[in-house]
Amino acid sequence: MEFDLSLLLNGIVSGLLLGGLYAVAASGLAVSFGMLDIVNIAHPALMVAAAFLVVAVGGAIGLDPLLCAVLLSPVFYLIGVGIYTFYNRFFERRGDEALQGLAFFFGVMFIIEVGLVMAFGPEQRFLDPSYAFTTWRIGEIDLPLRMLVPALFGLLAIGLLYLFLHRSFIGLAIAAVAQDAEALRLLAIDPVKIKRLAFGVSAMLACIAGGALIVVQPVEPSSGQIFIGRVFAICIMGGMASLSGAIAAAFLFGVVENVTATFFGPSWAPAVAFGWLLLVLAFRPQGLFGRAA
Amino acid sequence: MSATTLTDPRGADRIRHLPFWLGAVGVALAVFLALRLIGNEYGYYAGYFVLQYVVLASAWNILGGYAGYVNFGAAGFLAAGAYTAIFVRKAFGFDLIPGILCAAVVTGLLGLGTGYLTLRLRGVYFSIATLCLAVVLQTLVVNWDYVGGSRGAYVIRPMTIPPFASYGEYIFLVMLALAVITVGIARTVEVSRLGRGLQAIRDNERAAEAVGVPTLRLKLMATALCGALMGVAGAPLPYYSGYLNPDAAFSLAFAVNAIAMPLIGGAGTWAGPVIGAVLLASLQQAATVTISSALNLWIVGWILVIFVTIAPRGILGWFGKR
Repeated sequence: MEFDLSLLLNGIVSGLLLGGLYAVAASGLAVSFGMLDIVNIAHPALMVAAAFLVVAVGGAIGLDPLLCAVLLSPVFYLIGVGIYTFYNRFFERRGDEALQGLAFFFGVMFIIEVGLVMAFGPEQRFLDPSYAFTTWRIGEIDLPLRMLVPALFGLLAIGLLYLFLHRSFIGLAIAAVAQDAEALRLLAIDPVKIKRLAFGVSAMLACIAGGALIVVQPVEPSSGQIFIGRVFAICIMGGMASLSGAIAAAFLFGVVENVTATFFGPSWAPAVAFGWLLLVLAFRPQGLFGRAA
Repeated sequence: MSATTLTDPRGADRIRHLPFWLGAVGVALAVFLALRLIGNEYGYYAGYFVLQYVVLASAWNILGGYAGYVNFGAAGFLAAGAYTAIFVRKAFGFDLIPGILCAAVVTGLLGLGTGYLTLRLRGVYFSIATLCLAVVLQTLVVNWDYVGGSRGAYVIRPMTIPPFASYGEYIFLVMLALAVITVGIARTVEVSRLGRGLQAIRDNERAAEAVGVPTLRLKLMATALCGALMGVAGAPLPYYSGYLNPDAAFSLAFAVNAIAMPLIGGAGTWAGPVIGAVLLASLQQAATVTISSALNLWIVGWILVIFVTIAPRGILGWFGKR
């Protein structure tokens, strides 16, 4: 194959744009999996569920998908709070996280996915906002708004999350719960309450990611399965609890995946995710930017 | 607990194997004779459906139940077994039985490889890796035209295979034998040093490592065995259905049932997965007649969540002891 510079450049740029979507998808997981140590494998399924809801609600009242996702996110906050309350009551308190807790999240993921098939049918859904077919061109490089807007939107959401985690009292408490939950009790803060709140925020981010996802590409109920590999690979590469690490890993991942897709065909993209995940687990389980434990 | 009460090097030998095997073969024969008396092909069809889940659930239990390492990739391993059988049939003209052996080797190595890369870390990383494994294997198979790609592959079923009354009876008996062997292996593992080591890993991996249990080696043995048996469960699938496409081989039903059945029956005992598989698979087989397959799977998902919530030790847990 002839090497084509503009093809490569475009591959990198749209990989970066894709990375924006991956970043927001992985940031929710960085909160639940990274900070709270809850292996929420249902996170991508929540994201896809949000995308379907955005299509249903946004399509019905003619609202922009991203705005619609923002409006729906309180609903997902409540769903997240509900899931965590249940998980805490039946698994965390009993010390059954490893086997039964994991099976629980698998069950939740499965119920969401099959529930979507039953409610909406197995076919792809899409919702095109008004800017979906506009493309800005800078020199040789294409900047499709369909990719750019969700990427910027995702980064905005992550920026707000960053401020929340680093500037607000509750955000700092979440960071504290990640380090030592028992110490929080000594400060008369209930760690379960903080975790519940943080898990709700994580589910909100899944909703925001779902809104971004539906603008970028059509979704089907099984879309979540492909995202599991991606978001976990990104989260682990980024060093688990690190938000900035997750963002950097997401961009890197988006570029690698997109350049692979450009040169070898899009059907190999899921293999890239898995290959990366395995390599990271085998050689740098502490993340690309982390120090060895 | 003092060491003297624990160490009895021949303890494993005292557990009687002969009555178990005689009993298992007896039950198998009784099932077969009952179906033969009924004489309906559907009986064999439904029987195969249940038995493949007995194999799959028992295989999952070796790693998941004893060691507490959750393998989400059952569908991937099963499909790898099925596609190995298709491949060796097309490439070398191998029939069902050699196909099953090849599938065991291939999926055993697949399990070993995945385990080798991820098992030195916490268990969740292994689980996440197996979760992605199925997606990637499906990508490979869909892109692999030699075994039919996304169009699927056909295995022409002969009408009869001489000593048996029908092809359905033959394939059922093969699966029956596989089920008996798998349950036997699972039970042997449970009472052997391997099984005890795995249970020590589940209860406290660091403590097990500290007292000299070779944790990584045992985990790798369990992963390879678990993978191989899942492949064995899948290898006869193309022969059973006559046609196999990636969607059917990588069906979500396998992934969820492989976890739901042992957990419902009682993970960590050889009998648990058998009970879970017989109950849940019979229920699904009966329900397919009346409700849609999606609703069927949805119910399985709910049963899984409800069971791990209210009965974390499964049905066997209701009967105390453990």
